[in-house]
Amino acid sequence: MTTGSMARVLLPVGIASVVMFVALLFFGAVDVAPSEVWMVLTGRDAANAAARLIVIELRLPMACCAFLSGMALAVAGLLLQTTFNNPLAGPSVLGVSTGASLGVAVMMLLLGGGAAVGVARYAGALVGAVAGAAVMLLLLLLFSRIVKGNAMLLIVGILLGYLASSAISILNFYATEEGVHSFVIWGLGSFSGVTLADLAVFGPLILLATFASFLMVKPLNALLLGADYAESMGVNLTATRNRLLLLSGVLTAVVTAFCGPIGFLGLVIPHVARLTLATSNHVRLLPATALWGGFAGLLCACISIFAGNGGILPVNAITPLLSVPIIMYVIINRDKLSYFR
Amino acid sequence: MKEILLELKDVAVGYGTTPLYEDVNLAVARGELVTLLGANGAGKSTLLRCVTGRLAPMLGCVEISGRSLAGIPKNELARLVSIVSTGQESGGGLTVAELVGLGRQPHTGFFGRLSRRDREVVERAIEAVGMAGFSTRQVASLSDGERQKVMIARALAQETPVMVLDEPTAFLDVASRLETMQLLSRLAREEGKAVILSSHDVASSLRLSQRLWLIVEEGGHRRLVDGSPSALIKTGALGNLFRGRPVRFDSAILDFLPVD
Repeated sequence: MTTGSMARVLLPVGIASVVMFVALLFFGAVDVAPSEVWMVLTGRDAANAAARLIVIELRLPMACCAFLSGMALAVAGLLLQTTFNNPLAGPSVLGVSTGASLGVAVMMLLLGGGAAVGVARYAGALVGAVAGAAVMLLLLLLFSRIVKGNAMLLIVGILLGYLASSAISILNFYATEEGVHSFVIWGLGSFSGVTLADLAVFGPLILLATFASFLMVKPLNALLLGADYAESMGVNLTATRNRLLLLSGVLTAVVTAFCGPIGFLGLVIPHVARLTLATSNHVRLLPATALWGGFAGLLCACISIFAGNGGILPVNAITPLLSVPIIMYVIINRDKLSYFR
Repeated sequence: MKEILLELKDVAVGYGTTPLYEDVNLAVARGELVTLLGANGAGKSTLLRCVTGRLAPMLGCVEISGRSLAGIPKNELARLVSIVSTGQESGGGLTVAELVGLGRQPHTGFFGRLSRRDREVVERAIEAVGMAGFSTRQVASLSDGERQKVMIARALAQETPVMVLDEPTAFLDVASRLETMQLLSRLAREEGKAVILSSHDVASSLRLSQRLWLIVEEGGHRRLVDGSPSALIKTGALGNLFRGRPVRFDSAILDFLPVD
């Protein structure tokens, strides 16, 4: 695959992403005349305050958040798949998202962080999510040394996820009604809860972690041949694994803290990238996964707004509909797909 | 006197506190192909792990090109010894050139970009294993034998004085097995490498290796015996390879047969 054919695949994805991004600025749950939106976007004073509020304070952060979240989850998924040498790994499958959720639940329900406003509202959730994801990844790392076989580790991840879920249920049981309500809403998954001020935290964190992932392409490629070969080619396995898990943990945790536990994108997008580019070389696969992830985030946002009929459909109601058929396709065709062999 | 590339000095190999075997003194010269033979569980892989620097010897030291492997950083080790394992499934989503190019990792910069010289080395390695013309093919589309050749080319591209292969022919049919052994023997000679491989294929090992390392059991404990195939046949050491098992070595066909 040459750079030319990579562009041929990714250019339409990029263009579609831009189109959806713009659509999310012009259309939404509340009607704003396109001319008003245009005036706000071009910064003209004539724009009315309500339109400015809706476009700049609500729609713009939402569109950015959708792109960045999709990108972050997809990259996290790819890092996990390569680290565990398992194409069916992903932040939600391995229980990393649920671990992050548990951290958020502890913060929101136990410590009453749900009452705070603004960036502080998310500061607690963010700390909780990172801690929860980190604990889950450490457990997975531990189990990956004990249990042999890829399928077994997936089952361990699913079981750990159930444990975290049950802890969340118990926390819910003892929490205030108000706390439970806000936690349930958060758990449905949404890109719309992020304000412009939140984005100033969310955006740089995601971009930084994604950029740091790009710096790992060399060891990531070595890991394609398995741990033994990678080590024989000079990769420091422990340090590399720790870095990759930290990055995927941060990416997952940040998205989870701001948008709720969003499933499936991390699992499915790396496959979409591999299938469309026909390569598992991370030099091309990682940027492609990031772009496809952003595309998928925007697509979910568009569906949640435009199919919502005035409301906003939960993102977690949409991601399985888009993802499960692709995963099924991958599983059914696994003998024919080059990267499984 | 040929240049010694790999040397084991008074090495004891094993895990925990009891060594599998002790007082191992071995040397492999440039251009030599050595085959390690031994029963299942005799500790072939353990010895190879020691030779590749992944397992520290309990006693003694392992040297490659005169450098001790003890405490050597991973990236420097990667310039001294390359490996090929039995493993069948890996890197299917790469092209042949990309996979062989991974062998350049110890020599490339932060992003692993290949320079012109790196590309030349890769191309030459692919040619050396007889896979010229396959560079842009996806690894997943190759047969098992072709795939193993590509893995050998990858090790070749790593440009290490020592190459260690752990049962590289285990999953191959007889034709590919012989072809791979011949290839390795030729590479050792022509590329000036010390090649060490473990195998269960006694017949082709005897025909195609200059030297054998046998893990034999004598008097209740294991010992490593080193020698040329003909010498080891003569001394009867080969007959001790599967002591107490219902097989016997037949020096006419150079292979084991069931005891009648």
